[in-house]
Amino acid sequence: MGNPLDPSTGAPLSRVFYFDYDEAIISRDDLDVLALHAVFLQENRNVRAVLEGHCDERGTRDYNLALGERRAMAVSSFLVSSGTGASQIESVSYGEERPANPNSSEAAWAQNRRVEIVY
Amino acid sequence: MNALTQRFAFYLLTLVALPSVHAQMAVVIDQGADNPIRIAVVPFTDLADASERERISDIVSRDLVRSGQFSPLAVTDMLSLPRSQDEVFFRDWRISAVDYLVIGDVQRTTAGDLVANWSLIDVLGERVLWQGQVIGGESKRRDIAHRISDVVYESITGVEGAFSTKLLYVLVQDAGTSRVNYRLELADADGARAVTLLESNEPILSPSFSPDASSVVFVWFQGGRSGIYQQWIASGEQRLLARFQGINTSPVFSPDGTRLALVSSRDGNPEIYTLDLSNPSSDASLVRLTRHQAIDTEPDWLADGSGIVFTSDRGGQPQIYLYDFSSVRPERLTFQGDYNTRARSMPTGDHIAFIHRIDNRYHLAIKDLARDPITILTETALDESPAVAPNAAMLIYATKQGNQGILAVVSTDGAVKYRLPSAIGDVREPAWSPQLAPVVRTVEAGAE
Repeated sequence: MGNPLDPSTGAPLSRVFYFDYDEAIISRDDLDVLALHAVFLQENRNVRAVLEGHCDERGTRDYNLALGERRAMAVSSFLVSSGTGASQIESVSYGEERPANPNSSEAAWAQNRRVEIVY
Repeated sequence: MNALTQRFAFYLLTLVALPSVHAQMAVVIDQGADNPIRIAVVPFTDLADASERERISDIVSRDLVRSGQFSPLAVTDMLSLPRSQDEVFFRDWRISAVDYLVIGDVQRTTAGDLVANWSLIDVLGERVLWQGQVIGGESKRRDIAHRISDVVYESITGVEGAFSTKLLYVLVQDAGTSRVNYRLELADADGARAVTLLESNEPILSPSFSPDASSVVFVWFQGGRSGIYQQWIASGEQRLLARFQGINTSPVFSPDGTRLALVSSRDGNPEIYTLDLSNPSSDASLVRLTRHQAIDTEPDWLADGSGIVFTSDRGGQPQIYLYDFSSVRPERLTFQGDYNTRARSMPTGDHIAFIHRIDNRYHLAIKDLARDPITILTETALDESPAVAPNAAMLIYATKQGNQGILAVVSTDGAVKYRLPSAIGDVREPAWSPQLAPVVRTVEAGAE
């Protein structure tokens, strides 16, 4: 099990990363935190992580499964390019099946378009 | 990767006694045809002593209302209640402006079968359009009623009825919580008599019927990853068909039932494949159709099997494309709007129904395969998962009512609309069965 901490604050690193509608581009603001996850995974080669890709409810379910995978793959590519071993991470898409917030509102949708790193 | 070892594991589903929690869907008519056909379904004298709720003539009347094309006369407005043809006084029905009349009775044979003796009468022409019997076992009361509705509908409109068909859908309870529960359910076309085919805490989606309706295929996240499963309705027997690296989604039978179209991202990103079901374990049975770094998903077969429509964002936004088996080249079909997904091919072969986004709303739309424009059929805003009735007259789809997922139905011409709100949970991912082998006997006595 992994519990990466922020080296400057000692607080647990954020494990949820949000995306724009129908996009799989990692937010610039998230790159530093993701880089720290990559460092953690490099220093702990026995640790494995699952990248869960999620979408908001809008649009069709099967397309959203593909979109959730694309988001998880974007994070996966970043981590691997930052030195994480490809065998340490697995990408899984849940599409719109597992919303963080089940309501139908812009605020809920923004919380649901995400990738979660699960150690 | 243990996909290959898991992929072909056959096992029997243990049919434990499931709590009888079903969707309990009501029918709420939102819009009927502009000039519905005026019909009177006279209450059948029911010598088999049915409860009021399950009276065969009531079920027929509700079926005809749901089609949107009929406006049955209220029983309280009927000037007489004829039980047989010689009790019909045409003047009573002309005064009530009724065009057609259904009369009959229900008897029980000594063997215990129910026999509906009934007639369909053209009031203006003063002639019998259909007369005869529909016969079935005690448990077939609803099937007898739906069969009568089919005969009435086809005799008057010339279009095959779809009242005896089934719906497949996913009922989700406690969505968004750790107690989330998914049920794959099979019910009558009016939502009645639901049975649970599969229950799980892991997501179930994309169910559809085999062409003979003996089995269903669906996506199930058993073990936390998506896999494509087939389950036989009568036995509950189940097999895993595909669980490759990445996502495995969108299984749809070919019209002849020999192959599945499906989506897998095993080669790096989602592509459309076909899988030969005669030998699904062989790698040679899996044929890749698309080759593009974009998302390719949501396949459906053209009615004649000559091609597959699918969603792709290869042009920058998701649009509908057609893969033709002879030209082997994807051709774009939708050009209006920047989001068109999940096309279903109409049984008539010349149209597709799909989800279209406009002004940040997601509507069910329909278009001719070959040309624009598209026609938006719904006012609901979060539509998805369209499926087509086998007679091509109606489309069922999933949408939202407040925060609840519900099923809704719209006629292909947009004139008729009804909803199927459920008393519990979220209902989603509908599939409409093909026409089924009859479970009741129909004996036409011949019209006069």
